[in-house]
Amino acid sequence: MSTPVLKLVAQRIAMGILLLLAVSVLIFAGTQILPGDVAQSILGQSATPQALENLRRDMGLNDPAYIRYLHWLGGILTGDLGTALSSGQDIASSLKGRLWNTLFLAFWAAIVSIPLAIGLGLLAVRYRNGFVDKLISGLGLASTSLPEFFTGYLLIYFVAVRLQWFPSVSTVYEGMPLGERLSAIALPVTVLTLVVLAHMMRMTRAAILNVMQSAYVETAELKGLSPLQIITRHAFPNAIAPIVNVVMLNLAFLVVGVVVVEVIFVYPGMGQYLVDHVAKRDVPVVQACGLIFAAVYVSLNIIADIVAIVSNPRLRHPK
Amino acid sequence: MVKAPLKDKTGLLLDIRNLRIEATSYPPGEPPRNIIIVDDVSVKLERGKVLGLIGESGAGKSTIGLSSMGYGRGGVRITGGEVLLNGRDILKGGAKILRQIRGREVCYVAQSAAAAFNPARKLMDQVIEAALLHKICTKAEAEKRAVGLFKKLGLPNPETFGQRFPHQVSGGQLQRAMTAMALCSEPDLIVFDEPTTALDVTTQIDVLASIKDAIRDTNVAALYITHDLAVVAQVADDILVLRHGKQVEYGDTQQIIKAPRQAYTKQLVSVHHIPHEQKSPADKPILSVRNITAAYGGGLVKVLKNVSVDIHLGQTLAVVGESGSGKSTLARVITGLLPPMEGAITFEGRTLSARLANRTRDDLRELQMIYQMADTAMNPRQTVGTIIGRPLEFYFGMGGKERDKRVAELLEKMEMGKNFAGCYPAELSGGQKQRVCIARALAAKPKLIICDEVTSALDPLVADGILKLLLNLQKDENVAYLFITHDLATVKSISDSIAVMYRGEVVRYGPKSDVLKPPFDDYTDLLLSSVPEMELGWLETAMKTRRMASAGN
Repeated sequence: MSTPVLKLVAQRIAMGILLLLAVSVLIFAGTQILPGDVAQSILGQSATPQALENLRRDMGLNDPAYIRYLHWLGGILTGDLGTALSSGQDIASSLKGRLWNTLFLAFWAAIVSIPLAIGLGLLAVRYRNGFVDKLISGLGLASTSLPEFFTGYLLIYFVAVRLQWFPSVSTVYEGMPLGERLSAIALPVTVLTLVVLAHMMRMTRAAILNVMQSAYVETAELKGLSPLQIITRHAFPNAIAPIVNVVMLNLAFLVVGVVVVEVIFVYPGMGQYLVDHVAKRDVPVVQACGLIFAAVYVSLNIIADIVAIVSNPRLRHPK
Repeated sequence: MVKAPLKDKTGLLLDIRNLRIEATSYPPGEPPRNIIIVDDVSVKLERGKVLGLIGESGAGKSTIGLSSMGYGRGGVRITGGEVLLNGRDILKGGAKILRQIRGREVCYVAQSAAAAFNPARKLMDQVIEAALLHKICTKAEAEKRAVGLFKKLGLPNPETFGQRFPHQVSGGQLQRAMTAMALCSEPDLIVFDEPTTALDVTTQIDVLASIKDAIRDTNVAALYITHDLAVVAQVADDILVLRHGKQVEYGDTQQIIKAPRQAYTKQLVSVHHIPHEQKSPADKPILSVRNITAAYGGGLVKVLKNVSVDIHLGQTLAVVGESGSGKSTLARVITGLLPPMEGAITFEGRTLSARLANRTRDDLRELQMIYQMADTAMNPRQTVGTIIGRPLEFYFGMGGKERDKRVAELLEKMEMGKNFAGCYPAELSGGQKQRVCIARALAAKPKLIICDEVTSALDPLVADGILKLLLNLQKDENVAYLFITHDLATVKSISDSIAVMYRGEVVRYGPKSDVLKPPFDDYTDLLLSSVPEMELGWLETAMKTRRMASAGN
């Protein structure tokens, strides 16, 4: 690993941290603009002004905004996300299990969808403009165009109710064996895969086709390589950066955008938790979820940038 | 398929009979039509022999070369004739047979090795790929062979050269590496497609010499494609002259260059003989560059060091040197695109502002530029009339009929005819595009035109036409040229004075007759001795007698 690469990577990470700080300011400011205050919400309409005042002082609500922001940020950095208003529970401990569940679901959806998307993209390039290419593209676009709640219910009806292969409600609990857990999430994973597949596949196809115009692809062809060898050995390595970019965007969607799918399958993840607390106007929980989603998004994009930097031979092996 | 049993040193290797190649063209606004790229061309090549294919662009020489591998670039179709390689017709076998031939019996060396190597993979992996693919030898043997070829082709550190990535070595080295790649699978035939055209003149001679040695020592047969007759004369046993996809003349090298029979071949042989009387400098130069030092990256990389030259009205100063010598940077400084760190430029007695933004409109008008790539120097969405009319509007406030009349006059001067005013750049040939750019520069009625490699991208005969036109215009308009080029033949034909640049410095400067008169400094000697001459055995003599090894190695 050479110095220019290290420098660029360090720059990207520093940028990501700055970005997250900016996001945290926005999230904090956003909740400040909302009407009503936390003390009022906790004590309810019938609270006496004295009680409100006492609680405000205890919670530090009379401090200036920047002090409260720093307190909040300090808490987050030490793992304290605050207390949920509706239940009075510690947010961090109730989030932990759910975040893990969401990541578990996203992980398996990624394991299925990324190789499938790239593989189909490669196949589409191999048979470009032919029947296979059009079939892959058509099916991919169709699956993306259908909203996930629709495909979700469709799968529930056919696979869960009629065929009874997998459960329609994805209940998971602590200490559940892996096999059962996987069976429980099979349907949501399928829905998520169908949603993200086409985007990644089309981008893979476009990125590789772009590289296929290069003179070195002709060189490979004139060496006698078969079309598939040309694509995998010569075109794909040069198309990694754009492909990783779109893969990471979709991974971020798998974590951040699972709200609807989790609700459909009643899956105890972050999305379900977020939706529940939005309904109860529980601001600290929404703040915490927002920040975690932002962190996932920013770090996945940093990873994409780092892969792009590292996969560039000019940066990796300077003159 | 087994490799053809004939492996003796003689006998017919390649026999192309009545080849016909077509493509479909899609002209804008018209129905697609079939065009014939190669028409009834026959080629015979014996083992170990070199055949030169020569002609201007569009002559079909690359297409014929690639047909020996059964390959049609950009959708061209082989529609007639036979290509017999090692005694069998390769066009009849289908894709699988072709894959067995490519990289094993026939290998290809491209014009731009820089683009033809995969940037993401090490050179060694790419050099031995075909040998491994066709199971010619084991990986260890192939690598050993590759190292031997790197050594033979004069590459630095042959043992570790293969561990580098394409961007880590120079253009000349990549071209040799590509030759090594072609030789690695010990093919019967190599197709060299303009392998030295993209290189500097001083590098070209080295690469040419190593290709020639490699061909001799490995006894491989070759098709050598180029537009430069002097280059092909150094390596080929026979030469086939092509034009518009048809055979013009076919003969041995000696006969083609010494006793050409066809008019077109005679033209090719006599290219670069433009009569030009050298003018002596006037008392006062029109443009004077004084002690210019310029750098990129905030003074980090000095590209020009203490450069001083004068240009006189109605005369041509040629600035010569290889890539990286700073000649284009000099143009950027004069035009104000790159303010120098030190030094001044005076134009007609007044000192020009260093920055483009501070120059008056007259300063801009009197100093025009023409570029190497006429393609990219014009807006593809504007018509020729708009392109040439723009300086007329901008500098002289012309409009309507007056402007159209002047555009027509300028086109007339370019020997193009006023009908071209309605055309778009894409409808013009390379030479015509460059003429439009000249007309645009001339429209501003400049006193000095900077010509940056304006003929480098053109075929020799077309380039000659452009040079003649520039000289005529100089006579009529009394305009001065700063002519930047790496081509010494051009310099000899058109310049009045010459500045030789090497690594940012002017190493030799003066009237043409003085600069081209011995004794030479080492660099000028290298430059001059590197220009291919249409003589058999020139290459060997030049390699023996030159005093300094070329850069880029």
